[in-house]
Amino acid sequence: MDTALQPPLAPDVQRLLEEHSSKELLRLAVVGSVDDGKSTLIGRMLYECDGLFEDQISAVRRASAKRAAARTEATPPTVPPELLAQGLKAAAGAEEEELDFSLFTDGLRAEREQGITIDVAYRYLSTPRRKIIIADTPGHLQYTRNMATGASTADAGVILVDARLGVLPQTRRHAYIASLLGIPYLAVAVNKMDLVDFDRATFERIGSELVDFAHTLGFEGVRLFPVSASRGDNITRPSARTPWHEGGTLLGWLESLPHQRRLDGAPFRFPVQYVLRPHQDYRGLAGQVASGTVRVGDEVQVLPSGRRTRVAGIDTFDGPLEEASATASVTLRLADEVDASRGDMLAHVDSPPQALHQLEAMLVWFGEQPLDVSRRYLVKQATRTAPAQVERVLWRKELEDLSEQPAESLALNDIGRVRLVCRRPLLVDAYRENRRTGAFIVIDALTHDTVGAGMVLGPAETGARGAVEASLVSAEERRARLGQVGTLVLLPATPDAASRAFELERRLFDLGRHVAAVQGDVEVALALAGAGLVALVHAEAPQTRRALRAEARDAGLTWLELEATEDLERQVDRIVNARESSP
Amino acid sequence: MSNDALAKTSHLTELEAESIHILRETVAEFANPVMLYSIGKDSQVLLHLARKAFHPAPLPFPLLHVDTTWKFRDMYTFRDAFVAKHGLRLLVHQNRRALAEGINPFDHGSQKYTHAMKTQALLEALAAHGFDAAFGGARRDEEKSRAKERVFSFRDRHGQWDPRRQRPELWNLYNGRVDAGESMRVFPLSNWTELDVWHYVLRERIPVVPLYFAAERPVIDRGGTLLMVDDERMRLKPGEKPTLRRVRFRTLGCYPLSGAIDSSATTVEAVIHEMIHARQSERQGRLIDHDEEGSMELKKREGYF
Repeated sequence: MDTALQPPLAPDVQRLLEEHSSKELLRLAVVGSVDDGKSTLIGRMLYECDGLFEDQISAVRRASAKRAAARTEATPPTVPPELLAQGLKAAAGAEEEELDFSLFTDGLRAEREQGITIDVAYRYLSTPRRKIIIADTPGHLQYTRNMATGASTADAGVILVDARLGVLPQTRRHAYIASLLGIPYLAVAVNKMDLVDFDRATFERIGSELVDFAHTLGFEGVRLFPVSASRGDNITRPSARTPWHEGGTLLGWLESLPHQRRLDGAPFRFPVQYVLRPHQDYRGLAGQVASGTVRVGDEVQVLPSGRRTRVAGIDTFDGPLEEASATASVTLRLADEVDASRGDMLAHVDSPPQALHQLEAMLVWFGEQPLDVSRRYLVKQATRTAPAQVERVLWRKELEDLSEQPAESLALNDIGRVRLVCRRPLLVDAYRENRRTGAFIVIDALTHDTVGAGMVLGPAETGARGAVEASLVSAEERRARLGQVGTLVLLPATPDAASRAFELERRLFDLGRHVAAVQGDVEVALALAGAGLVALVHAEAPQTRRALRAEARDAGLTWLELEATEDLERQVDRIVNARESSP
Repeated sequence: MSNDALAKTSHLTELEAESIHILRETVAEFANPVMLYSIGKDSQVLLHLARKAFHPAPLPFPLLHVDTTWKFRDMYTFRDAFVAKHGLRLLVHQNRRALAEGINPFDHGSQKYTHAMKTQALLEALAAHGFDAAFGGARRDEEKSRAKERVFSFRDRHGQWDPRRQRPELWNLYNGRVDAGESMRVFPLSNWTELDVWHYVLRERIPVVPLYFAAERPVIDRGGTLLMVDDERMRLKPGEKPTLRRVRFRTLGCYPLSGAIDSSATTVEAVIHEMIHARQSERQGRLIDHDEEGSMELKKREGYF
């Protein structure tokens, strides 16, 4: 049954495979407004890089013919059979221009019906050096949200400009969002050059205006290309129609860009994703190296606890490693039995991330409902999810002129600077230093929608409000007054959990304990235990149970988890004799 | 392909790390995940990645085969041998009622058949076991509506996909929050292409069903589609007579609905060689995609994978 064992490879197959195996991944975001020719540009790139199959091309030929027919209201022409039969290469030249390249990329029914692009799509392209993942981000509908989505992972961006129209406000907006999301390299494709007779002066006028602007945004490199997406000039082939252009082709530029160097150079960050514990003798912290490099023997610390230990081993399915760099998914074993679980982060002792409860961030708002500063949201950053509140909007970016405007809130597609307060500390770097650990998403706790994307700027200055959050009554004083230790008790998720909680409450009350039963609400449970009570929590949702454990741990509360197999007496006994312990 | 220096910089290694991240993230965030197992090459790659993600622990979820009862015999043989060899937990689910009603690909047409035996069966199985996340091996390069699908693809209480209500997905931060009854389809191979999959099969020496390799097989040519006569249930039209042809399959499903291609590729590298020069897309041999334009999108809205 094993078909894997193969005879030696033929030399030409070997060469093809080696070529394919040594390719680097490059993630690209292509942005442009309606009618800038973005779908056409992407379709053209796929077509010229052999990223399309013959039947896909045939389908597009048929659809192109239909569309052309619909436009002219002529009888639908049948596609010449010789065209269908012709290979991809043979179709170069005049016939190519009959193809509507945008049809290669607009995939949903509504998109084809309306001739528009409504959502981010991903395309795949292979060049001799690169595998390129293209985020095809529609510019007009909810452009901020879509652009941010595509740009979040991109190593490079391409912005389209219509040569006839020049630099428009939307071009500036696109460049601004690209820089905000940290795309290091930007190309501006001045498209439809065929419609301005490949005029050099037009190109240079648009170019110098954009380059001046882009430099203020802090890109590492900005390049300009005079192109015609529908005719194929300077996209994968140099154009004879722009002899004055010495900047090469768009594809040549994509192949020349450095690869992921920012992640490699940053300090080591390892968000703990999942704890592997197949048996008592093995405890591995599974995760993906977010940035930097770790070696066996390195001294590391676990955050937020700050406990120090050494890396005892780096394990993979394929055997142990001596070192691991971004973005490898590995499993780390530590030299000591230090407490580390999902949501924690490992870093070298000399360059830890910041553990911040209060921080300032740039926020792109996606929610249909505007940002509500009185409401609790959830923030997911690296592998940690924490309840959070956007305490204040400092300003909103006016995308028309990129000015900063005072604002109370953010509406759909708004971008602003905010002050965020999290109940558990986030382990972060500034986004401009580290796109992996400086990024977060905002989730609506009720609807579960992803309503925002955030980029950490740094710690918020601690104002008066931060200071009063610390209670003036210590846990020791509460203990002395109440004669008990505030404890969180999590009941097993059984169908009778609620009635069991009330039974326990009654028994413990009769024994003189200060006790209360809580259903599901993490915040209430934490507040009660923090105030010195025994809080009996029953919650069915695994997410709630996890959140409770994580938060009890961060708050340093005494923790007890009851077992479904225990009878009432045993449970009462355990609670009464609870020793201080953390989950 | 054991050149470590190459392997280190390869995009395959990066895709692998990304997929493992997605697998672990799902298991960490959901209470009851399952992996859809269709016995195809993508399933084999996904399973291999899952074993890597949780090594040295066993897989923290079962496999689910939604069985139409019309798969190729070789697929069942392969499935049982592979599962036994690696000690995997496999659940097999069939739509019993549809079977009792005699629904089959010949009398009921591919649409009705697929809806009953695949979509309905899948939804039944997910509900019966209370799975809140289901891994699938779908790739975005397969089909245009797939290109729009998220890695974490939210499904409502009825298992339905709404392309206009997808959650934005940024960086590698996946929003895995669902309410009771809702679920997530998770696609760790989203960013892989067909070539990547085959290359990885070669690099990792992943076993796949022999039907992917050329052999003499009894086939009929039905309107340009080569169908293999895999057992006596195949309905032949008047004048149709199976002939032996050297064929293989690029994609595997139910045998009466899977078209073969003429080929002489008997090894993984020969398959790759052939594919690099191929000019037909993979799903071109899949009859169920061609019922009408956009048919994959419609199926997914109803709950199809």
